[in-house]
Amino acid sequence: MRLLEYQAKELFKEFGIRTPPSISSKDIEKGRKDAKELGYPFVIKVQVPVGGRGKAGGIQKCNSDDEFELKYPQLLNMSIKGEKTRAILLEKMADIEKELYLSLFLNRSKRCYTIIASSEGGVEIESVKNQTIREVGLGDVDAQTAKEVANEIGLKDSQEEQFVEMLQKLSKLTIEKEAELAEINPLAILKDGTLMALDGKVMTDDNSNFRHDELQKYQEKSELEERAEKSGFSLVELDGNIAVIGNGAGLVMSTFDLVTDNGGKPATFLDVGGGATTESVYEALTLISKMSRVKGILVNLYGGIVKTTTVAEAFIQAYDNNLIDLPVFARLMGTESDKAKEMLKDTKTKMFDSIEEAINGVVMEANK
Amino acid sequence: MTDIYEILRGKKDADGNYQKQPVIVQGITGKYGSTHTKLMLEYGTNIVAGVTPGKAGQKFEDKIPVYDSVKDAVEATGAEISIIFVPAKFFLNAAKDALNSGIKLLVAIPEHVPIRDAMEAIELAKQKDAIMIGPNTPGVIVPGLIKVGIMPASPFSSGKVAVLSKSGTLLYEISNNLTSAGFGQNITIGIGGDPVNGTRMIDAFDMVKDDPELEAMVVVGEIGGDSEEILAQHIIDTGFSKPIVGYIAGRQAPKEKRMGHAGAIVMGTYGSAESKISMFAKANIPVAKRPGEVAVLLAGKMNS
Repeated sequence: MRLLEYQAKELFKEFGIRTPPSISSKDIEKGRKDAKELGYPFVIKVQVPVGGRGKAGGIQKCNSDDEFELKYPQLLNMSIKGEKTRAILLEKMADIEKELYLSLFLNRSKRCYTIIASSEGGVEIESVKNQTIREVGLGDVDAQTAKEVANEIGLKDSQEEQFVEMLQKLSKLTIEKEAELAEINPLAILKDGTLMALDGKVMTDDNSNFRHDELQKYQEKSELEERAEKSGFSLVELDGNIAVIGNGAGLVMSTFDLVTDNGGKPATFLDVGGGATTESVYEALTLISKMSRVKGILVNLYGGIVKTTTVAEAFIQAYDNNLIDLPVFARLMGTESDKAKEMLKDTKTKMFDSIEEAINGVVMEANK
Repeated sequence: MTDIYEILRGKKDADGNYQKQPVIVQGITGKYGSTHTKLMLEYGTNIVAGVTPGKAGQKFEDKIPVYDSVKDAVEATGAEISIIFVPAKFFLNAAKDALNSGIKLLVAIPEHVPIRDAMEAIELAKQKDAIMIGPNTPGVIVPGLIKVGIMPASPFSSGKVAVLSKSGTLLYEISNNLTSAGFGQNITIGIGGDPVNGTRMIDAFDMVKDDPELEAMVVVGEIGGDSEEILAQHIIDTGFSKPIVGYIAGRQAPKEKRMGHAGAIVMGTYGSAESKISMFAKANIPVAKRPGEVAVLLAGKMNS
């Protein structure tokens, strides 16, 4: 689960990591109350589950009621990289002396947590050359390690102490919440010499959700995603017009790549999964039928344990019930694919022997 | 290091044939476990015991004895291979039972295992000098001899190419293409689509690279993590003289979105396809643009 900034900051507060005074809201009535409580000036920050919102204009200073009335609705209705605003955070500005970077992430190849810290913060960490990287095992970060990291990024005395405390709290949060990433960027040194987390990003392990009831309130799924999860397939929605369906994450990704290579714009990444049934594929088609932007469906199946006839049956039902009226371009391989092709012969599904031909067809249809 | 080939196919007998090694199935009475046990038996895998706590004394399909624990199953059969089909939340206990009972090759099928649980199991496997494949893997197959996994049988044929793949369906698709092009496989290993893998790309590479019967290798990666980059660096550092080609899925995937697999996510540049493809290029591994091109590239390398 990728927590929004305000949710990450709620966790920071719970673990004793200092953040600026802030209040979150989802509508302007609540926002007005928050503005009064917080007092001008403050910043309005859109809450979206993607990076780069500063550049996209998603963070605005606000000095008065007039400005608030103008900017709040603007920010509430904006979307960044296709992601709609989920909430608005009003936050007091901090008197910043210097910005640092700190994160703990799960190092997949080393299979341990790793600290990244830098004396340069407030920008994307990938662009920072000056990084301190420490692998720290699976347990809590000890004081000695934290101290060494503090020294390496040039912190001394009281700031070193504050940093050590903050890093140890962040480590506790990471372990207790089973986070894959917990990032403070920027971690500010304020004019008064104290340290404060100005922005936060936390990603937790979805597979551990069953033992973290306390995080369920942060789960922000669209109706579509929820229905997809219930049926056991994975779905990522995009703003293109070709619905890409297949079985197996790798195969669907590869199909997605080829569609884009050939000038097509995917509307979905839809993996029906290893346990696909006629019902679950029918549900997938139901979801796609609701997406008005979709102009064509591309199906790429490699039947293994999931039979291609299982999927073909769902298409037949969808045609019979007038659920879909879109052209379908399909390539079926593997288990029972000859039978599946026969089943779909007199339908709107066009069969292709190679995925490349199917893609050419769907891209031409979508770009008409 | 534990020799995966020896565990799977034993030593050659007097006639020069490999021996089917015994396999235990954990979760044999469940829906998924029983379906795949039948399919593995059909393939010829020598399944000697099943494990489902509380069901000791039963027989699966009237012939395979079921035990309460891997410990009991190992004592009765001496098997060193186990495949796990239990639900994700019970995975860690099942893995501990296997690894603490002398299992040397553990194939972890379940998807959605929490990362922390996977890491704990991996740590234990390391201590026990055992190999864990997965979680979220289709398994491992030595075509024509033994299948310990959920892969369909038809794409694979016996031969001399090793295929290592994060993705299941791409493994089937590409193996099928290889088979059609006359490149049978000597082993194929599903690395798994999770963020942490018991057997990483680099581990799988080291396990198979020195087999005298191996003539070439295919590596099928995807976005997320840096296991492809680490493998490429390893090949640059230590050298590998046999033909090797690659494929990377997810070149056009949006950033910060999980593409079906828990591990398939690009964060900044970490995990990006560009990073993997450029490292493969440095290691002199040609990367196919589409799955169908893998066999073509391999043919080119074999003939050069």
